[in-house]
Amino acid sequence: MVVKRGPIALSGQGLGFGYGDSQVIREVDLSLAQGELLGIIGPNGSGKSTLLGLLCGLLPPNAGTVELLGRSMGSYTRVEVARRLGLVPQNAELAPGFTVRQTVLTGRFALQGGRMFENQGDLAVAQQALVDTGLTGLTQRRTGELSGGERQRLALARALAAEPQVLLLDEPTSALDLKHQLGIMQLLENTCARDGLAVCLVSHDLNLAGMFCHRLLLISQGKTLAQGTPEEVLTPDLLAQAYGVQVSVDREPSRGRPRVTLSAPRP
Amino acid sequence: MRATPSRLITVCLALSALLLLALLVGLWLGTVSIGPGQFWDWLTGHLKGASAIILGQLRLPRLLLAALVGACLGLCGAVFQAILRNPLAEPFILGVSGGAACGAVVSVLIGLSGLWGQAALAFGGALGTVGLVLAIARRRGSMETSTLILTGVMINAFFTALIMFVISTTTDQKLHAILFWLYGDLAAANLTKVALLLPVTLGGAGVIFFFARHLNLLTAGSVAAASMGVAVERVKMIMFLVVSLLVGVTVSLSGLIGFVGLMVPHLVRMTLGHDHRLLLPASALFGASFLMLADTVARIIISPSALPVGVVTAFLGAPFFVLLMAKRGSRWW
Repeated sequence: MVVKRGPIALSGQGLGFGYGDSQVIREVDLSLAQGELLGIIGPNGSGKSTLLGLLCGLLPPNAGTVELLGRSMGSYTRVEVARRLGLVPQNAELAPGFTVRQTVLTGRFALQGGRMFENQGDLAVAQQALVDTGLTGLTQRRTGELSGGERQRLALARALAAEPQVLLLDEPTSALDLKHQLGIMQLLENTCARDGLAVCLVSHDLNLAGMFCHRLLLISQGKTLAQGTPEEVLTPDLLAQAYGVQVSVDREPSRGRPRVTLSAPRP
Repeated sequence: MRATPSRLITVCLALSALLLLALLVGLWLGTVSIGPGQFWDWLTGHLKGASAIILGQLRLPRLLLAALVGACLGLCGAVFQAILRNPLAEPFILGVSGGAACGAVVSVLIGLSGLWGQAALAFGGALGTVGLVLAIARRRGSMETSTLILTGVMINAFFTALIMFVISTTTDQKLHAILFWLYGDLAAANLTKVALLLPVTLGGAGVIFFFARHLNLLTAGSVAAASMGVAVERVKMIMFLVVSLLVGVTVSLSGLIGFVGLMVPHLVRMTLGHDHRLLLPASALFGASFLMLADTVARIIISPSALPVGVVTAFLGAPFFVLLMAKRGSRWW
């Protein structure tokens, strides 16, 4: 399957990160095009979250370079990065005591420049982010009163409020029930198609990643094991190599994407 | 409450009215009772004699100093709580005030006893302690309650010992004054001190308010703040410098007044919410009123004698601290 790709929004060449002998990331190359949904998969401790840290510029790589929208990551200030790239970390860090609406509005920080207070434009964008993430019923709720799934959606809404061109997410659906898993993935898919948003997400849910991502990057022990379409990456051989378990792969009926099932013979 | 310019103005006006009220109450009440007629005469500049001296040279400078000190302490508490991400953080509890006091005492020891010398060394003491607290908090970017309290207890124990050591080497006649000062005393207030603290307070408050939105993001966490465009390390450095300056100068002028930085921001949050664009100006204004009233209580409660104001704030603040610790995780934070 040949996927027509837009201009490259974010890329990493020869990325390496680690201390001394323990290299967490080694020689990873990847590129993310506008409008593309890229999934990073791999076993626990394989370096997925570290890779995301390198890509968003919060961790300086020991080796290699990251380019965001054609410029090296190092040439941007923090606020310039934030105007282009959003991050939803694994543990949604939310300010205690803030309401849901206030939290989403804080996402407008990078776009406000020296402006001290929100204007109508900020309020409209924040409202749309609340609608998109299904949080409109909770706008006056305080962050401390939210469930894990609500916190995760709020962190996403806050990142969307910054209107990024590139969005990085670390396990955005890990605390969500089935309905909200689907809702978030469809939201990301639609935003990619509509606005050309480039999304890179780390996920443990191979089937969800395989169903929605245009391409997958499988890493194991800090190195790229495979990169390509879900059909190319989600094969029993590669998954056995990465995870050390036997799986069978068939097609899920709705989209015909690969579906991974664990094989565990009865003892 | 969402922060808007009109709400900010409303809040500032309301708290300024409270400030004025606290000032009038403080001028009025005292060991020597001043009648309404005399008070009116003083306001219009017609009062002569002892009453005029009491109002103009004793009560007024003392109240103005209390207001500035209270504003500084309220602001510093709010900033510490945001940056260490812990609602119990406060200059006194963290030991930063103790560090400043130590610097001030050392300045007396080495003969740098002028206002500026004392303030400079107190600033140095505060800065050193803040650096220590920062180093301890650095690994996680926030501070657990147990770490915070234990760190504060240990820092305070060390500085208390150091201060006792220095006091032991001084002559007896200074002892009473130093002990009162250690408990936070505004009795030695004069307009020179007010003139020293006023620009520091205004400047510090201006810088802190400029970073109100940064502090909003920092309370979420370092990673979130950085990913949304805050230069985390630089903002923290600036805040710690400003807070050290405010605490240092405040302590050198008025000693160890505890718990104001704890109670004031919390009472403000309970009514206005957590947005620093409202919280910071409100904490400064309310802190000012709070300390003026606390000092008035300190002056009249055992009249004709007077208490150090730090005793009053500790009587209120220590139970408040315990209550907050017990309620941690609930709606107050």
